[in-house]
Amino acid sequence: MAEVTMRVWRGDASGGDFENYTVTQNEGEVVLDVIHRIQATEAPDLACRWNCKAGKCGSCAAEINGKPRLMCMTRMDDLPEGTVTVTPMKTFPIIRDLVTDVSFNFAMAERVPALLPPPMPEDGYRMFQEDVERGQEFRKCIECFMCQDVCHVIRDHEENKQYYAGPRFFIRYAELEMHPLDQNDRREYVREEMGLGYCNITKCCTEVCPEHIKITDNAIIPLKERVVDAHYDPVAWLGRKIGRRTKRTAAEAGVQPAP
Amino acid sequence: MTTSPYEHHEYDVLIIGAGGAGLRAAIEAKQRGLSVGIVTKSLLGKAHTVMAEGGMAAAMGNVSSEDNWRVHFRDTMRGGKMLNNYRMAELHAKESPDRVRELEQWGALFDRTKDGRILQRDFGGHRYARLAHVGDRTGLELIRTLQQKVVSMGTDVYMECKVLQLVHDESGRVAGAVAYWRPTGEFVTFAAKSVVLASGGVGKSWKFTSNSWESTGDGHAMALWAGAELIDMECIQFHPTGMVWPLSVRGLLVTEGVRGDGGVLRNSDGERFMFNYVADMFRAETAESEEEGDRWYEDHNAGRRPPELLPRDEVARAINTEVKAGRGSPHGGVYLDIGTRRSAEYIRRRLPSMYHQFMELAGVDITREAMEIGPTCHYIMGGVKVDADTAATKVAGLYAAGEVAGGMHGANRLGGNSLSDLVVFGRRAGMAASDYVEGGSGPSGFDWGEVESAVSRALAPFENENGENPYDIQRDLQEMMQANVGIIRTGDEIEFAINELETFTERVKNISVKGGRAYNPGWNLATDLPSMLTVSKCTSRGARERKESRGGHTREDFPKASAEYGTFNLAHTIAGGAWDGEITTERSPLLTMPDELKALLEEGK
Amino acid sequence: MAAIESATKVELGGLRGGPDVPTLREDRWWLQPVITVSILTAFVVYSTWAAFQNQNYYVGAAAHRDLISPFYSPCLTTTCVPGSGSGFAIHGWGLSPALIILIFPLGFRLTCYYYRRSYYRAFWWSPPACAVADGHGSYSGETKFPLIMHNAHRYFFFAGLVFNVLLTYDAIRAFHQPGLGWGVTVGTVVLVINAVLLWSYSLTCHACRHLCGGGVKNFSQHKARYRTWKFLSRYNSKHMNFAWASLIFVALTDVYVRLVASGALTDYKLF
Repeated sequence: MAEVTMRVWRGDASGGDFENYTVTQNEGEVVLDVIHRIQATEAPDLACRWNCKAGKCGSCAAEINGKPRLMCMTRMDDLPEGTVTVTPMKTFPIIRDLVTDVSFNFAMAERVPALLPPPMPEDGYRMFQEDVERGQEFRKCIECFMCQDVCHVIRDHEENKQYYAGPRFFIRYAELEMHPLDQNDRREYVREEMGLGYCNITKCCTEVCPEHIKITDNAIIPLKERVVDAHYDPVAWLGRKIGRRTKRTAAEAGVQPAP
Repeated sequence: MTTSPYEHHEYDVLIIGAGGAGLRAAIEAKQRGLSVGIVTKSLLGKAHTVMAEGGMAAAMGNVSSEDNWRVHFRDTMRGGKMLNNYRMAELHAKESPDRVRELEQWGALFDRTKDGRILQRDFGGHRYARLAHVGDRTGLELIRTLQQKVVSMGTDVYMECKVLQLVHDESGRVAGAVAYWRPTGEFVTFAAKSVVLASGGVGKSWKFTSNSWESTGDGHAMALWAGAELIDMECIQFHPTGMVWPLSVRGLLVTEGVRGDGGVLRNSDGERFMFNYVADMFRAETAESEEEGDRWYEDHNAGRRPPELLPRDEVARAINTEVKAGRGSPHGGVYLDIGTRRSAEYIRRRLPSMYHQFMELAGVDITREAMEIGPTCHYIMGGVKVDADTAATKVAGLYAAGEVAGGMHGANRLGGNSLSDLVVFGRRAGMAASDYVEGGSGPSGFDWGEVESAVSRALAPFENENGENPYDIQRDLQEMMQANVGIIRTGDEIEFAINELETFTERVKNISVKGGRAYNPGWNLATDLPSMLTVSKCTSRGARERKESRGGHTREDFPKASAEYGTFNLAHTIAGGAWDGEITTERSPLLTMPDELKALLEEGK
Repeated sequence: MAAIESATKVELGGLRGGPDVPTLREDRWWLQPVITVSILTAFVVYSTWAAFQNQNYYVGAAAHRDLISPFYSPCLTTTCVPGSGSGFAIHGWGLSPALIILIFPLGFRLTCYYYRRSYYRAFWWSPPACAVADGHGSYSGETKFPLIMHNAHRYFFFAGLVFNVLLTYDAIRAFHQPGLGWGVTVGTVVLVINAVLLWSYSLTCHACRHLCGGGVKNFSQHKARYRTWKFLSRYNSKHMNFAWASLIFVALTDVYVRLVASGALTDYKLF
């Protein structure tokens, strides 16, 4: 059993400061265990959001030694010796202590034009494993919002929150655009309204993803290439004109009720 | 109606809980054009449903064409040791294939068979490969699909909002609820023509549990306080495979899919001990030798299923016995081995999150080493007594679905039957709640007196200067329940627990809370403790009265199932509705099953 | 659009938690940008110098070799060293022939998804490293000129392919030793490795991955494109490695040809 000093941000929308806690640390413990020990002993009102404590719900995202991490999946013995600094996610407004107001993400979720599948045949749809596996990678997302937190487009430029969906929703758009049943076309929408062009693919989202989703390589860049097809590439544009593809336009791709 | 002193909202249907059942109910009511509000204690998409790993049971017959609803019904009843509400098991078996398919319309991406249909996997207690799944994160897929559907329909969701109590009108119909916002600590009232409870389970009252902090039995307790009955509360499922080390993750779930995909259990002697624990009821369909069990994995017609895939209660008891006999692992569990039986590539593809969970939390590479596992508190079969077809409770206007409802699973739930339960009965609850609203039989009025008493009770810990820390009470309660009303029970220990719970009631009344109301976890816990105590009392009382062993209820002093006890549920009520009021426990006879269903149970016995 | 009008507004300006400092990271996050800046700067300085040299880029018949520096191939002016010309010559170009063609490989690398990541971080500091504050007050990403030109990456990719063909041809020519017949020298090996690395870099590019199959919605109906995509995806994850390897090696190739052409080094004959 060892002792460890935790430097934890305490405060709310009116301001705050670090507070130090010296607590015991047992073998195999994660940061969340130690935070819970502080709650159960010294500071019962220390606010922290958590649910499953198994890396499956994504509630306990915070910044540990300056980097976005899940508190429940960060082992204390993997951190460098010395004081451990825990702060709330920086990109979102603070509610209290380690808890932030992540409503930005829910606002962006509302704007996603829904899946638009054809009517379902009597015995269900036929899709093949190779059709669904790209989307399945993105659906591993546990919505911890650490990719949103680390993305400098909104982390360092608050005003961009108005026009920028962020990596979590780019993988959602990519999933829908690659969905074998989907009949919507969101490419123009992602470019024009969701700010795909703001992403400069610096890959921090991929670095912090606890589910190891290759956000940049497998979702954002393929989306950017799709936008090139739809908007920037004169040859692809011409090809579409000649080929008479019957894709829906972005304007029609609003929130569509699924059947 | 008096104007509310608090933030106030009005809905046709109020849904408490945003897990699979709550969201499915919301979709149903919303599709009928009604106004719907969902209240959830944490953020949308974080509900305990995400923890479900293995899959969703539905007799679609995509993998085993012999499968159909009759076999699923039979498996469910036998798994539940015949204590089930037969009608629920019947509806569930019949409707779950459609509920799985409709998820695909809303965007779910299940794993596929070679011919492009939904792939199904084997699981304990299911005769055929029946679980539609996505790797080992099926619950996440379910909740994300429903969540995205609900959001696209424009439903109001109140997140991090904890419901304290249901509110009636003057004639005793449910008229809404009183809650508080966790971020601000401000109170909020909801007036609704009908209320669907979908609040999940109670596992947080035990020390080693796979459940999150949310599973404090709020819905069970609120329903009881509001006048509904709880049944089968003694039937608690201890999942056979939870992590046992490191201590900080003790109880964390290891999916049954590990065994479905070839994992086996061994004791410290390296013996596959499950062959010694096959009950008579399952002997005919279980392999007799390791060779036969291994053949079954390759070809289901070449052998019978290995005993590792017996229902969960059987496996959990066997593990418990092995550990008690001194054949356990260093940290008090047994070994679950898949690394020596399947290729590393196969394991990583089929069980990706298990691989990461052990790698990151325990430093164990499951493709090479065995996992140390032991039973963990996982699920409560018992819950609010409901009508099978409508999910209606005894209280007019109150419906319940999902883990908070009782009856569907009897004395033991089969793996995979929970996710399908959520959507089958979530939908039915949504339909019935909507019918009730449209039928015009909603409440008249809103009892503000109930609101005031709930508010003042919630605020009391702030006024108490030198009372107790709620965390201490919670820890003591968990240890006491684990020790005395755990996986194996005896009359004396249960009696002790029942007495202890009275002491806990007094301790809860003497809680002090430090700090303000805004996002104060200490206070939040203080408001959860009454629910935890209420459900613990019901569980203990049920356990005392059921003098037999059946499913998730095992009495050391009554080790056999008794025919007499197999004819009734134990139903609990509180007269007057006070949270610390006297609980009455009575026998409530099972529904009589029609002969054609009885005949199904006899088949292949 | 309906989707937006009905949606909840995003509230701006809420107070954030944590201290007001650029970063709380204490690990060596600056190391990677420093390495990137060092290598890229060294490359730019060297290639600019080499491009303006306008000499020593070709080892010809006099030395029984046929080696051309990748910086100067194809050589397109009337001033090309005898033997290095491509058969097509632009009249009246007084500067180094390298300056005509370098824009294409340069454009391919500038618009490359991997290099963008590296130089946005290392040179532009937006951001210098993850969870380290952006060095700029405002930010519009790749939505405006000139950065919007990154969307033309696939055209630079096509141009890059043409160059790969030409440099492959150069590598094949390097097997020919005028006056001696066919054989292998160190110079041959250098040009071959250079060509292989450039192909590897180009074909693992994200635009290529998209065009070959990534853009397809239903893989099950396009089996061949699915297999191509799957193959390219496996190597796409190594795009960064190929980007660095080919960059460094193309400069080393020029160095080698230059040393041999200037007489400082003899191109050793292997067999």
